[in-house]
Amino acid sequence: MGILDKHVILERNASLLLVASLVVVAIGGIVEIAPLFYFQNTIEKVEGMRPYTPLELAGRDIYVREGCYLCHSQMIRPFRDEVERYGHYSLAAESMYDHPFQWGSERTGPDLARVGLRYSNDWHVQHLIDPRSVVPESIMPSYAFLASTKLDYHEIGAHLVANARVGVPYTDDDIANAEADLIAQATPDADVEGLEARYPKLSAGDFDGNPDQITEMDALIAYLQMLGTLVDFSSYVPEQNYR
Amino acid sequence: MKSLNATVFLALGTLLALFAAAFAEDSAYRLHAFVLVAVLGIATIYTVRRVRFGPAVAEDTSGYMDGPIRVGTVLTLFWGIVGFTVGLVAALQLSFPDIFNIQPWFNFGRIRPLHTSAVVFAFGGTALITTSMYVVQRTSRARLFGGNLAWFVFWGYQLFIVMAATGYLLGITEGREYAEPEWYVDLWLTIVWVAYLVLFLGTLFKRKEPHIYVANWFYLAFIVTIAMLHVVNNLSMPVGFFSSKSYSAFSGVQDALTQWWYGHNAVGFFLTAGFLGMMYYFMPKQAERPIYSYRLSIIHFWALIFLYIWAGPHHLHYTALPDWAQTLGMVFSIMLWMPSWGGMINGLMTLSGAWDKLRTDPIIRMMVIAVAFYGMSTFEGPVMSIKAVNSLSHYTNWTIGHVHSGALGWVGMITFGAIYFLTPRLWGRKQLYSLRLVNWHFWLATLGIVIYAAVMWVAGITQGLLWREYDDQGFLVYSFAEVVAALKPYYILRAAGGSLYLAGGLVMAWNIYKTIRGDVRNEKPIAGAIAAGVQPAE
Repeated sequence: MGILDKHVILERNASLLLVASLVVVAIGGIVEIAPLFYFQNTIEKVEGMRPYTPLELAGRDIYVREGCYLCHSQMIRPFRDEVERYGHYSLAAESMYDHPFQWGSERTGPDLARVGLRYSNDWHVQHLIDPRSVVPESIMPSYAFLASTKLDYHEIGAHLVANARVGVPYTDDDIANAEADLIAQATPDADVEGLEARYPKLSAGDFDGNPDQITEMDALIAYLQMLGTLVDFSSYVPEQNYR
Repeated sequence: MKSLNATVFLALGTLLALFAAAFAEDSAYRLHAFVLVAVLGIATIYTVRRVRFGPAVAEDTSGYMDGPIRVGTVLTLFWGIVGFTVGLVAALQLSFPDIFNIQPWFNFGRIRPLHTSAVVFAFGGTALITTSMYVVQRTSRARLFGGNLAWFVFWGYQLFIVMAATGYLLGITEGREYAEPEWYVDLWLTIVWVAYLVLFLGTLFKRKEPHIYVANWFYLAFIVTIAMLHVVNNLSMPVGFFSSKSYSAFSGVQDALTQWWYGHNAVGFFLTAGFLGMMYYFMPKQAERPIYSYRLSIIHFWALIFLYIWAGPHHLHYTALPDWAQTLGMVFSIMLWMPSWGGMINGLMTLSGAWDKLRTDPIIRMMVIAVAFYGMSTFEGPVMSIKAVNSLSHYTNWTIGHVHSGALGWVGMITFGAIYFLTPRLWGRKQLYSLRLVNWHFWLATLGIVIYAAVMWVAGITQGLLWREYDDQGFLVYSFAEVVAALKPYYILRAAGGSLYLAGGLVMAWNIYKTIRGDVRNEKPIAGAIAAGVQPAE
């Protein structure tokens, strides 16, 4: 057991012990994480992914703020029951603009990766205000305050800039129009031509049943209604992405 | 001049916090800044009243520095009870969704990070900082390095806890489990943590013992690894200097693996390596026996810290994370079983020749059950990391049960043992107020954990099986909501288990309070202790 006797050197030198520990603990992370940034096939090539619209991004921030990810996953695993229950299994590409990811770790409530357009806006409003009025078995808390809280969007441009700085491909045009786009998406009969050109496949209009005010409810529902709706699975060939 | 520097810094901090509130870009940030103004303001007033301008009386710095350790012992207990109580509230919210539903501040989504952080970072973190300061001084025969640096580390960490906790209730979160505090709270923790490393390392440099004791290897690895994990995982882009919101530097799949590399090693290094340091000091001391095997300690230490860091991807089985990373995570998780049990064996076998103490000493009983739960949950963990098992267990309450058998059983129990060991020594008391109350605590806590874990196993496996139940025509049998309804009895039973554990914590608080006061309860000695002096048959 000669090598163990040499351990005395480390035991007598605190700096050496520190450096040796740091080297030993650094290896695993470097080997596992670093390649994800370089391997081309980590994220599938798909049609349809785009950054969040300003209103969706504001809604996503509310989703994060309220800790929705603590009960709802956004990651459908490739199992028969999950695919039947929630839809096509989730792709890495679908969360490529998610800072942070919201895959979750628990299903106290159902998966939300493809909840977009499954229920009406009215259903979502009712469900968020009083979950047990539409799902009697639900144990979700009430989020009624969202409907009465005005959305604070005066900084939305800065939010887009922060996202752009960490790699989301928002253009200067997107950023310049952020506030106008947010208002247009949440206002019934607004001119959304420019908005739709910038962000294809979006839902616009009044989300919370109260057209007079843009509330946090509007933003959250706009986000929920686009979840899992972007990727065009008719043109997706999994074999091209085998890894 | 006593307390003058601290007062000046605190007053400046209060002023800066006031500026931050004035320039705040969003209302959450403004409220959070006012919380900071209040905390620092109260601290300023407290220290101002202690300022003395008389000639400096040289502080006695010949002995060990136990001031922060005394405060830390009491605060560990306090945070423990806060954490258990919030956990009980969360459990009741899942059982009866219409009670305790004070939106938005006390909705489950904000209470849950409050609970996990209160237990892991407030209770666990304070316990680690406190015991590490005690252990490093005794095993190095040196006073803590840097004078008041220890106080800065101690109160700086408490400020981190308060800012993190109030942030959650205000909805300020990065949205990544166990790394929820926002960018400015993270920056503060980084400063405190570097100071902690300097404090610990500086004390090791001053040591009069030629060898660094094994407990300190674990504490050192814990400190340095947490620094690495914290800095990398919290890289993010704030929206502005006066904004409470930041966006993670990574996205999607890379963000997921970085987060679980962090998340799993918060378990591995915060809740395991640090507490193993505790075990390596307090178990031999309480049992009055040397550590079972020095060589096993060496192998156990290096294997544990090397293997743990790889295990993160097992939180992402069958997700969009590439297969190679998942498999790597699974393989290393299974290998991790070996060093984990190496540590368990080293702890348990330390009692060789002293097993009779289990009958007479409820403190050693507490430490032994802690190590037993450590062994149990480090066996369960590798099993759950096997992809086939994980396909059933992931997303279910089985995970919650697993975490709690580790957190309540291992982390909680070893900390209680250490506090029972420390309190009489720190306050110069001959003995604890009552050993019988320790025994009560032991049984309340153990029963609580057993109920909790067993209920969550059943709940988790039920969930997993019901979700994938098909009828003979190939249709899914249960809707999601039906599975939620099926879990109700388990949620209620879980809350019952948690209440027992909390009750044990309250018994402990009473016992420690009376011990600090110097009272001794008039009680019959623990059965078996009557035979003291009689040689037990080997």
